[in-house]
Amino acid sequence: MGMTITEKILAAHAGKTSVAPGDNIWVDVDVLMTHDVCGPGTFAIFKKQFGENAKVWDRDKVVIIPDHFIFTKDTHANRNIDILRQFVKEQDLPHYYDVGTDNYKGVCHLALAQEGFNRPGEVLFGTDSHTSTSGAFGMFSTGIGNTDAAFILGTGKLWVKVPESMCFEFTGTFPDHIMAKDVILNVIGDIGVDGATYRAMEWRGDAVMKLSMEERMTLCNMAIEAGGKNGIIEADEVTTDYVRQRTDAPYKVYHSDEDAKYFFKRTYNADEMEPIVAKPHSPDNKAKVSECEDVRLDRAYIGSCTGGKLTDFMAAAKLLKGKKVQIDTFIVPATREVEEDLHKEKIDGESLIDIFKNSGAYLGEPSCAACLGGPKDTFGRASDNQVVISTTNRNFPGRMGSKQAHVYLASPYTAAASALTGHITNPAEFV
Amino acid sequence: MLGNDVDTDQIIPAEHLVYSLSDPEEKKNYGKFALSGVPGDQAGLPKGNVPFTEGENFESKYSIVVGGKNFGCGSSREHAPACMEIAGVKAVIAQSYARIFYRNSVDGGFFIPFECDTRLVEDIKTGDDLKIDLTENTLTNKTQDKTYDLKSLGEVIEIIEAGNIFEYARKTGMIAS
Repeated sequence: MGMTITEKILAAHAGKTSVAPGDNIWVDVDVLMTHDVCGPGTFAIFKKQFGENAKVWDRDKVVIIPDHFIFTKDTHANRNIDILRQFVKEQDLPHYYDVGTDNYKGVCHLALAQEGFNRPGEVLFGTDSHTSTSGAFGMFSTGIGNTDAAFILGTGKLWVKVPESMCFEFTGTFPDHIMAKDVILNVIGDIGVDGATYRAMEWRGDAVMKLSMEERMTLCNMAIEAGGKNGIIEADEVTTDYVRQRTDAPYKVYHSDEDAKYFFKRTYNADEMEPIVAKPHSPDNKAKVSECEDVRLDRAYIGSCTGGKLTDFMAAAKLLKGKKVQIDTFIVPATREVEEDLHKEKIDGESLIDIFKNSGAYLGEPSCAACLGGPKDTFGRASDNQVVISTTNRNFPGRMGSKQAHVYLASPYTAAASALTGHITNPAEFV
Repeated sequence: MLGNDVDTDQIIPAEHLVYSLSDPEEKKNYGKFALSGVPGDQAGLPKGNVPFTEGENFESKYSIVVGGKNFGCGSSREHAPACMEIAGVKAVIAQSYARIFYRNSVDGGFFIPFECDTRLVEDIKTGDDLKIDLTENTLTNKTQDKTYDLKSLGEVIEIIEAGNIFEYARKTGMIAS
């Protein structure tokens, strides 16, 4: 019986020649990532279980990226950054990206990619559910809690139940105004917020393989919004080109076997895709943008691990160039690298940053910011009963900071088009 | 009693994720804010608008939480099962769980996440007197005199019996005791 990429990677990391869905196995971990929200709890459990003076299993495999509550006056949040610093010092950890230094990165999932920690064939765990993002590099990656992360810190291993794989194949080519965000919202709408629970979501097909790494990351990022354990895309030249620009570390490319067994295989025609939003208050509450054009908006938000990458801002800038936004519009680059690129990248001689400023949008600093609400002084945090269009990943009640707010999840194209009109707008007419 | 898709932002809104989980005093905040993000009409079904913890209390008078499908979806924050334990929750019974929440509940030993094929949301009312029988794997609603079968805990029972993943690993010799 053939195996899927996910099964092959897990088998290799468990020292086995094959595994089957449902097997409980112990896997060796290549990278453990944590951040300011879950790091302190993880370190406390690690010390309690392995001793005050215990050392992590492999300093080089631990990556700590503060990104959640960064630009805030909240004293507890700032204390948590100090706990990260203290642990890094005690353990002499090389991969730490401290707040307030030139080394600060921003949102962990994109920082992992940009710093070369995403490598085909590897196993990466992170204390964040959107760790599934790294699967875009043909690796196994998933989110875990503090306890499991502390277990890895002490042992370098974790038990995993091998997931069944679901295959989503897109043939043809996505239309110009369609982004990966439309694709994933469409699939989540089809299978529901628990449609992939305990399963791997494997993305295949010509249309998928024509996407950039950043767009592939968007597809895998939101696997968790369908309950998925991981998202994964087989590595190709686009992947290895990206990886080689970032690291010299070895990697291994796995391919799913022709006779691999899938929970199901579903084929979509990419050419027929339409812009999609997820209406309040669930990521699977799918609607075509064309069905929601009467929805009046109070603000637009473009940012996060899902929708705050350079590709996302290139798309938004294309629409906003030379125009004025009609509603409060917040631009939050995921990482410093994205922020620097906003200065460097130009459309007809005008930098993206100038395009945004001249459009009247507000610019925030790289971090998770209002994607998950956060402390009261968080940039872009929703209040009262605002209606928000957002390129983020969740529109649960209260997610962006106000239980009364109504959040529509959308692609950067749709968010930008809507910012220009003040109501949900199909970007097709602008692109 | 709660409904479907109770997500981790409802269980513990992100603005509260700043407190220490190890400091005995500071962590009481998690109990105080446990389930505080659940929309009013969904909190304590069927009537709604039932606070899980009242005022400055960090302990709830409800030690069993019953939900529908996909309980604990969303973030990997372990603060979600932890805040429920701090509030005094001993067991959750749901039709199904999101996998990270389920895993965190078991590996961290916060409470036992039971599954029940019967949709209990329409049957049980907030405040009913419930009893879980661990040997028979049943749930009895003493107020309504009804008994339901719970699903077997299956492969995670060894971790639950050990207490958490560390104790399980010590028992099986994976880490030194």
